[in-house]
Amino acid sequence: MGAHFSWNLVDDLRQLFEFPFMVNAFRAGTIVAVVAGVIGWFMVVRRQAFAGHTLAVVGFPGAAGAVWLGVSASWGFFGFCLGAALLIAALRPEGDERYGEESAGIGVVQAFALAAGFLFISLYRGFLNGINSLLFGSFLGITNEQVLVLLIVGVAALAALGAVARPLLFASVDPDVAAARGVRVRALSVLFLVLLGLTVAEVSQITGTLLVFALLVMPAATAQQLTARPAWSVAITVAIGLAVTWLGLAVAYFTPYPIGFFVTTFAFAAYLAATVARNGWRRPWRFKRARTLAT
Amino acid sequence: MTNAVLAGTAIAVATGLVGYFMVLRGQVFTGDALSHVSVTGALAALAFGIDARIGLFAATIAVGIGIASLGLRGKADDVVIGSVFAWVLGLGVLFLSLYTTSRSGGNGAAGVSVLFGSILGLSATRAYVAVAVAAAIVLCLLLMARPLLFASVDDAVAAARGVRVRVLDVVFLALVGACAAEATQAVGALLLLGLLAAPAGAAIRLTARPYRALVLSAALGVLAMWAGLLVSDVAPRVPPSFAIIAVASAVYALSFLARPRRRGSNASM
Repeated sequence: MGAHFSWNLVDDLRQLFEFPFMVNAFRAGTIVAVVAGVIGWFMVVRRQAFAGHTLAVVGFPGAAGAVWLGVSASWGFFGFCLGAALLIAALRPEGDERYGEESAGIGVVQAFALAAGFLFISLYRGFLNGINSLLFGSFLGITNEQVLVLLIVGVAALAALGAVARPLLFASVDPDVAAARGVRVRALSVLFLVLLGLTVAEVSQITGTLLVFALLVMPAATAQQLTARPAWSVAITVAIGLAVTWLGLAVAYFTPYPIGFFVTTFAFAAYLAATVARNGWRRPWRFKRARTLAT
Repeated sequence: MTNAVLAGTAIAVATGLVGYFMVLRGQVFTGDALSHVSVTGALAALAFGIDARIGLFAATIAVGIGIASLGLRGKADDVVIGSVFAWVLGLGVLFLSLYTTSRSGGNGAAGVSVLFGSILGLSATRAYVAVAVAAAIVLCLLLMARPLLFASVDDAVAAARGVRVRVLDVVFLALVGACAAEATQAVGALLLLGLLAAPAGAAIRLTARPYRALVLSAALGVLAMWAGLLVSDVAPRVPPSFAIIAVASAVYALSFLARPRRRGSNASM
């Protein structure tokens, strides 16, 4: 890329925004970080990390299938992610105690989707080098139209989430009480999975299907270590998401290594720091000993 | 093809048995995490130029033991598992780029075979090693099957009866890790979750008796493996990994047609 990092930070910033593709990468990264952070926060509260991860990887066969059929990859991402969201919503059994069986179903959906993606790629020869960019993403070459679509879908998803935020939070924290108070828990659960599907379809076009999950789960997990108050927690999630994305983009620009590595590493470092800040270094060991005594 | 059938059968038996306990214990997400860890393990080994299998087994068994010994199990700790494996996958991306840029012979293809498997490319010695490892996994699992079942169904009562629940947790997740590394050779890191979850999920839906479900899970796994290999033999454009997972998923989907059983009504050991 020919960029050289120096301690003259003003000059570094000038280099960073010298090319239009980097400007678009920052715009897209900003939208992606905000949307993924907010939706991911609810995903973490609802303990649906596995469903979120499965929806994230389902974008891969969607995109591969779309390329094979010769249509825009975006259609594949949105079609497959929304379809899988509805399928997972349908698989969800009534009671809470059948978690093992539900997760077996989600696991099967995930493995089958990835297998189908591999089939599409094998059928469409000469696409083998595209696999890595589908799976691991690329911030380069994002067009103005893509940024616009990202913005529209992102605003729509956040608006829908904002409209149901209060009942959704209630239903996530205590579904039984919420149902007793007349909250339509089941409908909210389906709606949330659809919003999650929409978000990951959007985000994975930029980050690749394997790394969406990092932006969904890690900023939210970090924020929830730091505060228990929902509004603060969402705000911190978004701030962490933005910080790691911007930092990841900047560092990846000045080094030959991939953006996905830097974003996940910074996010994980933030998570570890928050965990240590909350519990202290010695706490995990005490916790373990207490557990051993109890059992 | 002989090598593929031999190794595939052994791997299917091992994943079917381990997968049954994994589903029973509600640890499918841990299996998912370990499958992604195996991507990083294999790519790291490739990047440093050592045998991919060493990287695979080292990474998955180490992370399996790590998850178990931190006491991160079940529903409550999905977020921790998710954060850890998202980062491990990020490391995998780094190793992939190191591998593809540093080695002139390296291209996307080696990465793809880690991700999606290449069972038809197994040599005879690799197949024999895979069979031996699968046999060891099955043996370990059968030796601990009874206490593990007890601990999986009710760990508090099992602990009160003197079962060493913590030790079982650790050994079991080490076995899941070994199984994940083993299955990566057959169907690839991204698809092995299907071999772990689909036959076991179907078996649990079909029978409530633990030992019957255990045998059924292994049998369904072998069935999917054989049928998948047969399909890809008849139709060479269909990759075997896809055919195997497609059959396993179809078996799972069909199990929903079976009469829904009542939980606990006829459960017996």
